[in-house]
Amino acid sequence: MRNPQLNKNGELQHLLTIDGLPREIITAVLDTAAPFTEVAEREVKKLPLLRGKSVFNLFFESSTRTRTTFEIAAKRLSADVINLNISTSSTSKGETLLDTVDNLSAMQADMFVVRHASSGAPFLISQHLDAMRQEHIHVINAGDGRHAHPTQGLLDMYTIRHYKKDFTKLTVAIVGDVLHSRVARSQINALTTLGVPEVRVIGPKTLLPADVEKLGVRVFHDMRAGLKDVDVVMMLRLQNERMQGALLPSSEEFFKYYGLTPDKLERARPDAIVMHPGPMNRGVEIDSAVADGPHAVILPQVTFGIAVRMAVMAMLAGN
Amino acid sequence: MKIHVKNGHLIDPANGIDAPRDLFIAAGRIAGIGAVPEGFSANRIIDASGLVVCPGLIDLSARLREPGFEYRATLESEMAAAVAGGVTSLACPPDTDPPLDEPGLVEMLKHRARHPNFAHVYPVGALTLGLAGERLTEMAELHEAGCVAFGQANTPVVDTQVLMRALQYAATFDFPVWLQAQDPYLGKGGVAHDGEVATRLGLPGIPVSAETIALATLMHLARDTGVRIHITRISGAAALEMIVAARAGGIKVSCDVSINHLHLSETDIGYFNPHAHLVPPLRAARDRDALRRGLAEGSINAVCSDHAPVDDDAKQVPFAEAEPGATGLELLLPLTLKWAVEMKLPLGRALARITCDAAGILGIEAGTLSVGATADVCIFDPRGSIKVSRETLKSQGKNTPFLGLEVPGRVRYTLLDGHMVFENGRP
Repeated sequence: MRNPQLNKNGELQHLLTIDGLPREIITAVLDTAAPFTEVAEREVKKLPLLRGKSVFNLFFESSTRTRTTFEIAAKRLSADVINLNISTSSTSKGETLLDTVDNLSAMQADMFVVRHASSGAPFLISQHLDAMRQEHIHVINAGDGRHAHPTQGLLDMYTIRHYKKDFTKLTVAIVGDVLHSRVARSQINALTTLGVPEVRVIGPKTLLPADVEKLGVRVFHDMRAGLKDVDVVMMLRLQNERMQGALLPSSEEFFKYYGLTPDKLERARPDAIVMHPGPMNRGVEIDSAVADGPHAVILPQVTFGIAVRMAVMAMLAGN
Repeated sequence: MKIHVKNGHLIDPANGIDAPRDLFIAAGRIAGIGAVPEGFSANRIIDASGLVVCPGLIDLSARLREPGFEYRATLESEMAAAVAGGVTSLACPPDTDPPLDEPGLVEMLKHRARHPNFAHVYPVGALTLGLAGERLTEMAELHEAGCVAFGQANTPVVDTQVLMRALQYAATFDFPVWLQAQDPYLGKGGVAHDGEVATRLGLPGIPVSAETIALATLMHLARDTGVRIHITRISGAAALEMIVAARAGGIKVSCDVSINHLHLSETDIGYFNPHAHLVPPLRAARDRDALRRGLAEGSINAVCSDHAPVDDDAKQVPFAEAEPGATGLELLLPLTLKWAVEMKLPLGRALARITCDAAGILGIEAGTLSVGATADVCIFDPRGSIKVSRETLKSQGKNTPFLGLEVPGRVRYTLLDGHMVFENGRP
């Protein structure tokens, strides 16, 4: 089965997941992103790479931050950006996902940036576009269910490379709600593809998916043991609704055992960096002293995120 | 109409026949095998050279979608699919709309299905009203109306007290109960086997224990109530081991597997293929391999199509939102043959699982070519093959994970009550 996000020349046609993406493509995205970080420093923060192109932000699940960063990235490449918050418009009127896509395709879209609550929705859209001979429309997955958030994974790799240079000597720990996290899956895929020798996941058994070790990670339930000598700590967001079911007893107990505090961080290497995809729940998964402390690179992640999204858009549809 | 089926290779597992034999049909029944019956003069001779002549196939689970889901399929479309697949008898689960929980509905279905070109229909009545798991149906009345067994299709009975009472009541009349082992809580929200693939794709999982816990409950209740229980569509190796152990412990239990679970595993979900969204979920490769062996050894009694035509709109959505189910009536024979070839089984042993063994579970006189039996016959080319495509499938449902595949076995003739109901003379 051909990887559905590559065209027959092996080039990136859509960005749907990092799973199965060749290392060369990941590296190319990071290399392409590097000069884009300087665009933000200029007086005129614009490049003409997507001039005349229409980028549709198709958000079937609400999000402010991710949508905004995609919007900024597209605008810095001179694209026209149309934001559609579909959870509150057509689907409630009974229009199907693919009908929405067909209608927007007819408006001469060049790119769909898709967020959806169901895993795999961007695959459905890209397969449909290819079947409808609309191959010129590119799809970027901006987060689908629990499955993938590839641009987040890529910006995290950019951040790690920026601070740590060489992936092949690192120990990286991903902490928290891996079960529901599309971010964690994309991070794991990216880290293992880039040759990180040890990727750890840390969390209670209720928040780790079945057979997670088959993704190429070491599993820890004890956070102190899991953080020992790591170079990178990647915290995950814990959604408030997880407290409602029987996954966790309380946010207090979670914080005590799996929240990142200065004390637990001491187990990591002295030059360890701390990352978080945002938005943070201070006092739930991360202590403010760490979030605002010297190890945190959480705000640079956001800045790099725009450059990385510019790089992906430019590689997919650049003039 | 008198038909002489000539030069064919006759396989009748019930009678242990696997040899070149001519078959003679008269007055809707098998009139003779081998030698020409006295005074027999054929109106029609079918040259079955190079073909296998076997009993018409029996499918333990085929949804006809009537009443209630006629936009998905109709009796006409699905019966055409059945006979094209060599299926001459089928059991239909009660998950119609409304469910088959009233004698009138069952009579209506039987009446609609009474057509010379339609396969024999054996409804499975609802065990509880509306399949809601709260109140018992009028099982004795439903039985009189034509139900051969009682079940819940894919809807588990949540309340174990209701479940026990339903089994006790069915046992009173010695009605068989057909249930799927599926814990309603452990599988809640799940859409795929809780394993490596669901983890990778971020799909909510259904753990193995959802099947084994429900099965343990059913086995205990079967022992206590003495009911004849048939477990439909088992999905995992652990469930099979439990059934084998229960049988050794004296519990009257049979089980079946679907053609999908005989060939596919979680990895066939690929990139979110909605056709692989099935109930129960496709499990790990080792589970599938255990089911394949179990069916060969006979610890699984039969294989069924679990035919569930779904309209395209219900499949053209993200995986988790897609309606589960696959079309299968026309694939029962090819996928059974494919399994037999891959397992290096004699054809007769494989065909038993979709003829006499399935008839035994249904409790009907069918699935054999004994002299005097109803002349339901399937004649197929074992060296032929069919390409599974939207164009070739006669079922209104075009949803199957096997789309695009070439599968062995090509039905050439189907006879029902001694009448030719399907004919595909061109090889």
